[in-house]
Amino acid sequence: MPRSVKKGPFVDDHLMNKIMKMNQTKQKSVLKTWSRRSTIVPEFIGHTVAVHNGKQFIPVYITENHVGHKLGEFSLTRTFRGHPEKKSEKASKKK
Amino acid sequence: MARIAGVDLPTNKRVEIGLTYIYGIGRSTSKEILDSLKIDYDKKIKDLTEEEVDIIRKTITDEYVIEGTLRTQTKLAIKRLMDIGNYRGVRHRKGLPVNGQRTKTNARTRKGKKKMAIKKKKA
Repeated sequence: MPRSVKKGPFVDDHLMNKIMKMNQTKQKSVLKTWSRRSTIVPEFIGHTVAVHNGKQFIPVYITENHVGHKLGEFSLTRTFRGHPEKKSEKASKKK
Repeated sequence: MARIAGVDLPTNKRVEIGLTYIYGIGRSTSKEILDSLKIDYDKKIKDLTEEEVDIIRKTITDEYVIEGTLRTQTKLAIKRLMDIGNYRGVRHRKGLPVNGQRTKTNARTRKGKKKMAIKKKKA
């Protein structure tokens, strides 16, 4: 079920405060955050946010198209390095 | 023969079903249209009068997004996801299921036909 419109989009306060401060002082710097759950709102446009994926911070440059999505969507948490080879599987069974 | 939005409607089917041959119109939209025009669902397409066909054509082209326009709309929506590079876009790019389905088994619709694992020769 989608979030109630009455409440407005959810953005973590600490993140919003930092963005507002940056907007006021007109400075831009990469902002590290762990708040993957925050929605991207129009105030973010033009900033680069480094979103934590559990291991690293993935920089995301935010454009108009990103608005309405959550930050976590842009920082993938899983790495897929191909399937393991069959041979090694057999070898490990023999042991 | 009734021709609506560049699609030939099958002559021997009921209108309710016949309209679903147009891309973007399913059973429920089809019923909605016929209800608003007060046409019987069970009427065969070949039995429709000229005026009925005309009025159906008019409502469809005026009120619904169908065929080419709808196709481009969906394509653009998917392209947007791929361009911004979020999780859903990545899944589209890789041709894997997008809505969180399991991929350990099944997911054949997205992944295509089964590929046989290549057997490695003994060295």
